Amino acid sequence: MTARFQIVAAHFLAPDVKLLRITAPRIAKHHKPGQFVIIRVNDTGERIPLTIAESDPAAGTVTIIVQGIGKTTKMLNRLEAGDAIVDVVGPLGKASEIEKFGTCVVIGGGVGTAIAYPTAKGLKQAGNEVITIIGGRNRQLVILEDEIRAFADKVIITTDDGSYGEKGLVIDPLKSMIAAGKKVDYVLAIGPIPMMRAVANVTREFKIKTVVSLNPIMVDGTGMCGGCRVQVAGKSQFACVDGPEFDAHQVDFDILTKRNAMYRDLERKSVERHQCQLEGMVK
Amino acid sequence: MANPLKPAERMKIPRQHMPEQNAGERSQNFKEVNLGLSFELAKTEASRCLTCASPKCVDGCPVGVKVKEFVELVLDGKYLDAAAKIREDNILPAVTGRVCPQEEQCEGACVINKKFGSVGIGYLERFVADYERQSGKIGLPAIAPATGKKVAIIGSGPAGLSAAGDLIQRGHAVTVFEALHDIGGVLIYGIPEFRLPKDIVSNEVENMRRMGVQFETDVVVGKTVTVDELLNEEGFSAVLVATGAGLPQFLGVPGENLCGVYSANEFLTRVNLMKAYRTGEFETPIFDCRDKNVAVVGGGNTAMDAIRSAKRLGAKNAYIIYRRSEAEMPARLEEVKHAKEEGIQLLLLNNPVEFIGDDKGWLRAARCLKMELGPADETGRRRPVSIQGSEYELPLDVAIIAVGTSSNPLVQSTTPDIKTRKGGYIEANAETLKTSKPGVFAAGDIVTGGATVILAMGAGRKAAKAINDYLSTGQW
Ligand SMILES: Cc1cc2nc3c(=O)[nH]c(=O)nc-3n(C[C@H](O)[C@H](O)[C@H](O)COP(=O)(O)OP(=O)(O)OC[C@H]3O[C@@H](n4cnc5c(N)ncnc54)[C@H](O)[C@@H]3O)c2cc1C
Ligand SMILES: Cc1cc2nc3c(=O)[nH]c(=O)nc-3n(C[C@H](O)[C@H](O)[C@H](O)COP(=O)(O)OP(=O)(O)OC[C@H]3O[C@@H](n4cnc5c(N)ncnc54)[C@H](O)[C@@H]3O)c2cc1C
Ligand code: SF4
Ligand code: SF4
Ligand code: FES
Repeated sequence: MTARFQIVAAHFLAPDVKLLRITAPRIAKHHKPGQFVIIRVNDTGERIPLTIAESDPAAGTVTIIVQGIGKTTKMLNRLEAGDAIVDVVGPLGKASEIEKFGTCVVIGGGVGTAIAYPTAKGLKQAGNEVITIIGGRNRQLVILEDEIRAFADKVIITTDDGSYGEKGLVIDPLKSMIAAGKKVDYVLAIGPIPMMRAVANVTREFKIKTVVSLNPIMVDGTGMCGGCRVQVAGKSQFACVDGPEFDAHQVDFDILTKRNAMYRDLERKSVERHQCQLEGMVK
Repeated sequence: MANPLKPAERMKIPRQHMPEQNAGERSQNFKEVNLGLSFELAKTEASRCLTCASPKCVDGCPVGVKVKEFVELVLDGKYLDAAAKIREDNILPAVTGRVCPQEEQCEGACVINKKFGSVGIGYLERFVADYERQSGKIGLPAIAPATGKKVAIIGSGPAGLSAAGDLIQRGHAVTVFEALHDIGGVLIYGIPEFRLPKDIVSNEVENMRRMGVQFETDVVVGKTVTVDELLNEEGFSAVLVATGAGLPQFLGVPGENLCGVYSANEFLTRVNLMKAYRTGEFETPIFDCRDKNVAVVGGGNTAMDAIRSAKRLGAKNAYIIYRRSEAEMPARLEEVKHAKEEGIQLLLLNNPVEFIGDDKGWLRAARCLKMELGPADETGRRRPVSIQGSEYELPLDVAIIAVGTSSNPLVQSTTPDIKTRKGGYIEANAETLKTSKPGVFAAGDIVTGGATVILAMGAGRKAAKAINDYLSTGQW
């Protein structure tokens, strides 16, 4: 089948983190913050979920921000404007709950910042005070700072190595904020599982409503396989249709961590198998 | 030409056997198990038919395929005519010849079934359909002049495809919207290659394209576009919902979220749709079953397909865990027979009550109870009851749950004026398949709950007729 989803713009935001803008008019028209697409790069490819960072209904485009960590995301990151991919399906998942909460702290770790970005913007438009904490391992991995500064009331940056912003973890400024008596009404945390778990642990005792966006392994993204099931409040939920956002204090992060590692060996082999092919793609 | 044999002579001919790959070999590959009848075998089998004055076989077929007539055409060597005869009632004969539960339908009703074994109607249906396909002479039916009306079909399973085929012939413009990236519904993501080669499905889809049917993959109706938008903004005059019953059900027992526990839908989707068995060519991973203990919970076609796939992926022990006895298993007889030949072990009257994991969150065993059959329940089947103190642990690396599916909800949940009944299935008139929403029809598993390919196709055709009536009269 011919690849029908055209890439109209592509550039790197950080090493291995690339923004791709793709023509998909129906998806652009229906997208709400918090939703994602499932994409397949080519006819032998796997289906992977990626959050819609932005959509432009007038131009009929959606934007995704991809961190190259394995075979499929690395292939995506080698595509340029003018290339095309075979499948883009969406918008999938529930939209983020956007209301007037009061003071919202939105925490993005790594590429999680891209996932949190549309919701953070939505929260601001709904009249909330939005404080954003962007975390990265080092300066280069802090993404979307300018885009977020454009609307957020306050932006705090942390890096693991102190090469930019405050040295430390994203939960540090959150903790000091709460300790300083700042009233926080709502926290959205998106990033690596340990980070989301840590945020949930910080806010739990203060009973601050906290939402995380979960990233289980998905296949269809429409509720038909059950592969993406996560355990929330002791019950199985399908993240692709019941989520991806859930109450952080109810999520069983242990099960999520373990299930996400299910194919680790096979994924590693796939990358090894395709290393030469991937290198061959570099122009 | 009439059959030269007298009825008594015909009944002396034993039912012919379908040539098949031998069990040891086929349980290592994904190639089709049944190899198809030769011309000789087909003729002999066709000569067994008594050409009954009132053929029961036709009544037994849910869509009334003119069995007697097509079997006579086989005897005369008029294979293309035989195929055309079947196609009058059934547009996917190469599929139904392979997957219909014939023993409950046409063959179950055949008058010689009880005493001599029925005429091999399924085998013959498959034979003529394959002959037709290989001849490259599939006669595309005539298309009526364009009516200027557009019909949207949601879902590309047997219900959607059969409706599309009928509607395009009546001159309507037909677009089929499919959520997945490939066309065919369960035929493509559920039923494995070794039972239904995917080439057969794509060949039929190709024929439909040639007839003018438009297919749009990657469209999840309810998400990518809504039914109301199709009707009000995209110019469709009627919509057929044929979204199937594809949602997996789990057992609800502890440990079901361990790594290594799959729904049959996920396992089969990875294997069939994503071609995970062709490692190195395709990217989607699947659990490495080699030398592992794999069990499927359930007794239907889905269960058989999943466990036989696991066997082909190298499973050392491949079990079916079913809580009733073999007689109650809903799977096609031939699948159970093939499964047993391939070394699948049936743990009948067994029921898992818990999955047990290791410290890394991987499945290690299932805790099972032995069952016995009590009095009949409301479905008329004897209800399994557990035997006290019969608990034991079955070591397992992978467990696949195949205990049924439920309705696909995305269309209903975004189109609240489509009335549903218990379980989220769509309410549709039995004859016209009209829903509560003007212009919207529904057919197949989304109306009936999980059923069969031929019933879904029959419903699709009924809906096509009603849609055609609606479009030509404008009367709802
Ligand atoms: C709802 C949702 C939204 C997401 N949004 C983004 C985003 O905006 N940007 C971004 O860079 N990443 C996002 N991800 C993560 C992204 O899907 C994975 O990084 C990607 O699938 C990895 O595939 P790979 O072949 O490159 O790597 P692999 O080497 O195959 O896998 C690396 C890891 O990625 C995860 N993964 C693998 N396959 C899948 C799959 N089919 N579905 C989900 N996770 C998988 C597993 O944890 C795995 O261990 C999102 C995930 C989810 C569930
Ligand atoms: C593993 C397995 C084995 C089986 N074996 C047999 C057998 O041997 N013999 C037999 O007779 N029957 C068998 N069946 C049952 C049979 O396949 C089904 O009864 C039949 O396919 C139902 O047809 P359908 O057209 O109603 O739905 P489906 O075949 O389920 O097709 C529905 C289609 O709609 C799509 N869809 C769903 N929601 C949306 C949406 N919102 N937007 C767009 N598209 C959507 C789905 O992706 C799917 O492609 C089997 C079923 C399974 C799962
Ligand atoms: S469609 Fe199925 S039930 Fe009908 S005659 Fe053919 S095999 Fe038999
Ligand atoms: S019922 Fe059996 S014997 Fe009679 S016409 Fe049908 S296939 Fe032939
Ligand atoms: S990805 Fe298949 S059910 Fe969620």
